[in-house]
This record gives sequence, C-alpha cells and structure tokens, in this order.
Amino acid sequence: MRVKRLLLGDEALALGALHAGLSGVYAYPGTPSTEITEFIQGDPLARERGVRSRWCTNEKTAMEAALGMSFAGKRALVCMKHVGMNVCADAFVNAGITGVKGGLVVVAADDPSMHSSQNEQDSRFYGKFALVPILEPSDQQECYDLMAEAFRLSEEVRLPVLLRMVTRLAHSRAAVAVGDPIPQNELAPDGERTRWVLLPGNARRQYAALIDKQPDLLARAEQSPRNLLKEGKGLGVIACGIAFNYVREVLPEGVSLLKVSQYPLPAAKVRALAAASDEILVVEDGQPFVEEQVKALLGAGYPVSGRLTGRLPRTGELNPDNVAAAFGLAGGPVHQPAVNLASRPPQLCQGCGHRDVYTALNQVLADYPEARVFGDIGCYTLGALPPFRAIDSCVDMGASITMAKGAADAGVYPAVAVIGDSTFTHSGMTSLLDAVNDNAAITVILSDNLTTAMTGGQDSAGTHKFEAICLALGVEREHLHVVVPLPKNMEEITRVIREELDYKGVSVIIPQRECMQTLARKNRQKRAAQ
Amino acid sequence: MKTDIKLAGVGGQGILSIATVLGEAATEAGLQLKQAEVHGMSQRGGDVQSDLRLSTDPIFSDQIPLGGADLILSMEPMEALRYLPYLGPEGAVVTSSKPFVNIPNYPDETALLAELDSLPKVTRMDIDAVAKELMAPRSANMVLLGMAARHLAILAPEDLRNAIRTVFARKGDKVVEDNLKAFDAGYEGIQ
Repeated sequence: MRVKRLLLGDEALALGALHAGLSGVYAYPGTPSTEITEFIQGDPLARERGVRSRWCTNEKTAMEAALGMSFAGKRALVCMKHVGMNVCADAFVNAGITGVKGGLVVVAADDPSMHSSQNEQDSRFYGKFALVPILEPSDQQECYDLMAEAFRLSEEVRLPVLLRMVTRLAHSRAAVAVGDPIPQNELAPDGERTRWVLLPGNARRQYAALIDKQPDLLARAEQSPRNLLKEGKGLGVIACGIAFNYVREVLPEGVSLLKVSQYPLPAAKVRALAAASDEILVVEDGQPFVEEQVKALLGAGYPVSGRLTGRLPRTGELNPDNVAAAFGLAGGPVHQPAVNLASRPPQLCQGCGHRDVYTALNQVLADYPEARVFGDIGCYTLGALPPFRAIDSCVDMGASITMAKGAADAGVYPAVAVIGDSTFTHSGMTSLLDAVNDNAAITVILSDNLTTAMTGGQDSAGTHKFEAICLALGVEREHLHVVVPLPKNMEEITRVIREELDYKGVSVIIPQRECMQTLARKNRQKRAAQ
Repeated sequence: MKTDIKLAGVGGQGILSIATVLGEAATEAGLQLKQAEVHGMSQRGGDVQSDLRLSTDPIFSDQIPLGGADLILSMEPMEALRYLPYLGPEGAVVTSSKPFVNIPNYPDETALLAELDSLPKVTRMDIDAVAKELMAPRSANMVLLGMAARHLAILAPEDLRNAIRTVFARKGDKVVEDNLKAFDAGYEGIQ
C-alpha cells in the first residue's frame, strides 16, 4: 500500500534504499548528504533489520566497505558530498572494473552555489569517467522511486550505479508516496576471483567487459521512462534532474522538452528532439556536462545553448529566475533591495572551544609576524573571519598538516596547522606521518571537540584515541600536549604554544573540550529522560 | 490557490519549527507542499531562510521566484528586509520587531524599523516580549505563526492549532499548551 510521507529529498533516498532491501549504508558526514545516513540510523525498520549504519572514517573506507558488502551479495549504499568523490575515486572507479554482486548505489550530493563547499564539481563526470550508469532525480518522489530502480539496475548490469543529488533537492521537503519494503538479499559471496583480483591480466579483461556493457547501458537509458520526450515546436529544451522543475515552473507553452534522469545520455532521444526543434537549450544544475555532449552529438551547425553560451549563468545553482530569463520571460523583483541591511555571516558559537584556541594562537603569533597558519575543513574554518582572521589557507580535508609541512620544507617558520578531530582521522593521520618521517618543523593544533560538529554533531572516528594515534605515528611524548581550551587556562595554553613553536620538529597540541551544541543536546536529552 | 512563504531568521531562532507546523497543517488539509531548507554551515549564527510553498495544485520549483512571495515571515526585522526582492506586489511582511544583534555593523534600529514600516503591508511585534509575558519564552516563534495566520487564507487557524498539537505532542502537554497560548496571543494581538 502506498502512504504519503513528508520527506526531505535526502530522507526519500534513505527510505527508498531501506525499502529496496538495503543491508548497509557507509558514509562520512558532508553537507548536503548527511541526512541520508542519519535517517537510516534513526529508522525503526533499519533497526529491526540490523542495517549497518555507523559513520565511517572517510569516503574511501566507506566505498570499500560497501564494495565488500556487495561482494558478499548484499545491497549497500554509499553517501557523500561531491568532494567526497575525490577521496573515494580510486575505489569508485575500480568498482566499475570489478563490477558488483549485491546492488551498490553511490549517492554523490553536489553543491551548486557552494552553500557549504569549496568547489562546484559535477559528479556526473565521475560516472561517465567510471563508465557506470548515472541516475538524477528531479523531485522527492523520484528520489524514493529511483532508489529501488538503482539497486535493480546495479544488480542487472553488475555495476555500481551513481545517483547524483543537488543541495536544493537534498534539503527540500515534499509529500512522497511510499510503498512496502522488499526482503534483504541473502549472504552469497562472489566466487569469481578473476573478476575481483585486478592483476593486469584480469583488469584488461574486466575493462574490455565494461566497455562491452556500454551499448546495453545506453539502450536502457534510451528506453527509460525517466528520460521523457515531449515533442512540440520551435525551441527544444533538455532539462536534467532538478532543472526539470524550474523549466516546468516557467515553461512557455508548446516547446519540445526532454527530461533526462538516466545516463548515459540518450543520444537517440536528443537527436529526435533536435529534429523536432529549431534549436536546443540545455538546462542543467552544475557544470555543462550534457551541453558539451549535445554539442558533440549534433555538430557545429546545430544551435545549442546553455551555461557554455551564457544563456544560463556559467556558475551557481539554477533557480526559477535564471531559468525564466533563459526563456526570455519577464519577471524579477517588485521591491528593491533594502537599504538598512548588513550581511550576517555564520560564526563560531559563543563558548565554543575553537574560540579559545584562536584567541590563544593570535596572542602568541603577535610575537611571530612571519608565522603562517594552515587551516582545514570544519567549524574552525570560521576562524578565517573576524574577529579572529587567524588562518592563511583552507583547501581540502587534511591539507592543513601537509601544507604546513610543505611550507616548512620551503623555509616558512613558524608553520602552524589547525585541524579538527574528525578531519584529522578522515585525512590528517597520513599527513602527520609524513611530517614525522621528515621531522618537519611544524606545530599541529588538533582542536578536538569530540564530534563532527559542522555537519550537526555526528560521532567522530577517533574520539578518546588522539594521544595514542599521535604517539603511534611517531610524535614524541614531550611534544604532545593536551589542554582544555577555556579562558581561565589561557596562560597555560599560550605557554605551551610558544614552547612548541620554538621547537624545530613536529609537535601536536590537542585542545580538548566538547562542542557546545552536542553538550546542549545531551543535557536536553538528560532533562527529558528525568 | 497557492501561497508562497519566505521564512527568515538567524540560525537557532526556530524558523524550521514554524515550517514543520505549517507543513503538518498543509499535509492534513490535503494541500501540496514544498519546503526548501538551509542546513549546514549557515546555521551557525548566520542568516537562515526557508522557502515554503503551499498550493491546491502541483508545485514544481522548490524555490520561490523573485517578486513571488505572498508572505515574508521573519523572526528578526533586518532578516525580513533581506528578502524584500522576493516579496510579491500584494505580499505581506510579518516579523518580530526586536533586532538580534550579533554583528558589529548592525544598522540603526530606528531607520531599520522606519524602512519596514514604509512597506505597504507590514505587521510587527516584539514576539520575545509577548512570549516572556506568557511565561513561555521558548515559544516566540509560535507567536509569529499566530500573527501570520491572519494572512494565510489557504489554512484555517484551527488547522494550525491542530498541527501544533501534533508536532509538539512528544515534548509533553506543557510544551503544547505554551505553544498554543503563544499562537493565540499572536493571532489576537494583530486584530
């Protein structure tokens, strides 16, 4: 029986996966993908079925564990934000070569407009690169429905399926008609070693087999009811995923429309659209993935426009306004922007330990004008903004330590890295090992708030293990310190920082105090329980 | 019939609870609904907004177009002004009149309120003061929802009261009562 539930796009994906017989979800938190795994962690059916759902250390460990579950014959889901695809790319691309046994669906949640990200990369390129099918839902209902199709498709073609989301759909709620769950797969490990042992001889065979699968993948996309062609006259529009909604919102009557939600790009449908139209406008969120392919498909003589031609903005997310403008429709604001307005950027919470860390660091570094501070990804990136203005870089997960090391190698002194606990276990431990092996003159501040705070307080993989990890990686005992970042301890903290800046080797200072948000949440739960 | 609402505030002020109550009421009333939220980084004391679209017919875009909002509903007066370009020709603004100052360059309060009052349809109230007076300081957002109910032809006040009962039920009777009281104060306050 289908019942209606009010769900975020992310939640609809999660429920779709559970109802498709999911056995495990593997993920590292990252906006806008976090809510998928959180939903599964809190769902009664998942508990009843023993669906594996703990947070992973990073996207690569997540992808590999999911591939292992697929190897064992069960259905597995991997979720991440788009830049997580860079972290797990090795496993993802090679999973296309080995193929899968149990259905394996990889959700990459892109963030056009970079609401909470460092770039606007479009994950569909990864799907094409790995030669695997890609699904792209247009609304919350399709999020739920496509998940079951994705698992079925994955098992039929024996490949991982990439499901591409965007922030706006991930974090928007609508009523979704949901069905009944199907049973989980039985344990049935794969016995075909030549598929899974990627020695060059096997890998060559497997790669050829992957190439041989491509015509079938294309035929499936051509026949998919998700790729819907409605012929009209004049202008032809290709609308991918969520772009379909913006087009429908503003659609002028009579144009031809091809909705694309399954890739490889259905070339025959694109040609049919071109034949029925005078020109084609490609509307897609993210990068001009389809626009480039359509241009190549139709040749230089056929007019194709979109983000590459400037008919739609080259950067930023789509919205009903820029899509309406692409159709030449009038609209826009009635009221002018207000005069009495100031921007209100996000900031570190009052009472947050990171604040005390930056206060101490700034106080000490006032005496070291040559110092450079390499930041990392997390709440503490906000240390770049006033009043602290405390960091000189923030690039990718773990880069603080390794960039500080490289800068120290080049002669920068003092070189300081500021990294959070969850980011450290995600991608900073190997960086620290490199620094130890070179005895680089860096001071690492591992600001430990006992959680993955930025994404809403998920468990952090290394909690209570950081001293042991640093010692095991070779940091010397006398250059490893744990302090409690509170204003009353400022004298001790600044003294420790100063001493370690003066030491020309690797030191790690761990300011350790629980995140204000998770602490408040625990206190609320405690009060509610009383 | 359709109603597009721009919800605004500062991270942590509880605009998502307003959205949840409106969503529950709309679902019970058999309306179509889309609600785009902001999660992640901006929640840390920065400006937050949510697009809520209610309609008797299918809704396509998750985002409200510029000049399309029937209502700006804001927990903070400057945040109400931030979304003026989204306000439609007949649109109303319902907002708290009490500034939340967590930035050094917050505009002059008198000038800000004067700019608000220059708009054609504005209702503002010190919702924190009202909630405090009711001994329900955490229910300021429901005072605001009560004020908004006067502008929501698509939903009856009783639909919203029922939704408050459902949404806050698991937090206990006291929380439900506080929120209903706050809602009624907002609703009566702007007669």
